[in-house]
Amino acid sequence: MIRFENVGLRYGLGPEVLRDLSFHIDGHSFQFLTGPSGAGKTSLLRMLFLSLPPTRGLISMFDRDTATLTKDDRATLRRRIGIVFQDFRLLDHLTTFENVALPLRVLGKEESGYRAEVVELLQWVGLGECMGALPPVLSGGEKQRAAIARAVIARPQLLLADEPTGNVDPNLGQRLLRLFIELNKTGTAVVIATHDIALMDEYDARRLVLHDGRLHVYD
Amino acid sequence: MAEPWDDRNAAPSRAAAPAVATPIVPSGSIAGRSLTAVVAIMTFLAAITTGAVMMVVNAASDWQSEVGREVTIQVRPVSGRNIEADVSAVIALARASPGIADVRAYTKAESAALVEPWLGSGLALNDLPMPRMIVVKLASGAAPDFPGLRGTLAAQVPSAILDDHRGWIDRMRTMADSAVVGGVAILGLVLAVTVLSVTFATRGAMAANRPIVEVLHYVGATDRFVASQFQRHFLILGLRGGAIGGGAAIVLFGVFEAANAWFTGTPGGDEATALFGSFSVGAAGYIVIVLQVVLMAVVTALASRRTVNRTLASID
Repeated sequence: MIRFENVGLRYGLGPEVLRDLSFHIDGHSFQFLTGPSGAGKTSLLRMLFLSLPPTRGLISMFDRDTATLTKDDRATLRRRIGIVFQDFRLLDHLTTFENVALPLRVLGKEESGYRAEVVELLQWVGLGECMGALPPVLSGGEKQRAAIARAVIARPQLLLADEPTGNVDPNLGQRLLRLFIELNKTGTAVVIATHDIALMDEYDARRLVLHDGRLHVYD
Repeated sequence: MAEPWDDRNAAPSRAAAPAVATPIVPSGSIAGRSLTAVVAIMTFLAAITTGAVMMVVNAASDWQSEVGREVTIQVRPVSGRNIEADVSAVIALARASPGIADVRAYTKAESAALVEPWLGSGLALNDLPMPRMIVVKLASGAAPDFPGLRGTLAAQVPSAILDDHRGWIDRMRTMADSAVVGGVAILGLVLAVTVLSVTFATRGAMAANRPIVEVLHYVGATDRFVASQFQRHFLILGLRGGAIGGGAAIVLFGVFEAANAWFTGTPGGDEATALFGSFSVGAAGYIVIVLQVVLMAVVTALASRRTVNRTLASID
């Protein structure tokens, strides 16, 4: 589904922060992306999300060379990828329901066509009572779940999560991990960027470890 | 699918999803009021300019058609010639010329009345070398032969001069054309100011809503979708501002028209009407003002669209 070959990344004229990355992510797979702070996890996630081009190497996503994509092509491919940001990136003036439904609204779907689906997903992630609430009144855990729901509502083939348990207590972290595992069981490939070793020990999955700008894969 | 969370006992106060979809770009984040005021003022100025130009052109047209329906022949007193006989000869020659409906010579009393404002009343015209005026009314739809009549007069009554007001009409036409050119220039400036104002406001709105634009990109929105979210606001804003400005202009012209009708028949009113026309833009004028409202809304929408697209091109 996704293939990196000898990918390197540098910012401006600085040194390469990521070097010779070669790996693949298969459909339906589950992996943790880990490494110390500043190792480049977020940069790698941004490349996976097509918002940061590599300075060298080949990235192939869904059988397309990302170097040849137009802006509209990137928008179309992003619809097949869901992303959960560490800072949630929810829109404060939209309700939880509207935030979660945003990807469907962007696709031009009518609310009557997706309402039941969004309500069901919100109930599944435990936000059935918060549909009409604005993000500023949600707790950190609720915001995280709303962000996850927004990322998966359009049934993406790949879900990227950047430190999804970074702002929550261990108990909630475990519950969020269960949520990701359930999503993976429905067929979505999952990449969770985290430096939470305890969380990774909770689930036996492939690990992509970034260290000194290089990636080590532990299947 | 297993339920990682179970919240079937949802609290109703937070559970209700909104009945009407909230705009993705909040209207409060657009500099709405000030930009609406700018568009309203610009539309008002554009409408006033257009109305004024139309009144000038209509008045000039009225004057031209009024003046163009008659010519005058001036018979000067020349020593050795009988002016009364010359007047009679001119009348006969004019009547014999094609395209002439009526010929009338001003009487001595009427001639005295013409110069009375300058020379005072009680004149003994016989003591003064007063020229005599002959008014020649043209038949409607006919083509009078002015060169032929002028030649005949020169040959038979050398003291007579035919004045078809051509020079005056040309000056009037030039003045009307100048008014149109000036009006178009002002309209161009008004549109330019509107475009600049909308451009600055759109840039501000884009900067204020950049986090929203980024999120829209992250969920797969194309630039066209993002632009439409902004353009909708600016189209509504342009229509609202245009309607306010255009509506104010229509009310103003309506008041002018009513005042003109009120003062018709009074000396001041008649003089104003003679000088400036009817003070009415007519149905065509009101239609043009309504079209200007639409134009301002379209200009506002297009200017914002152009700015949004250029800004989006620099964001990924």
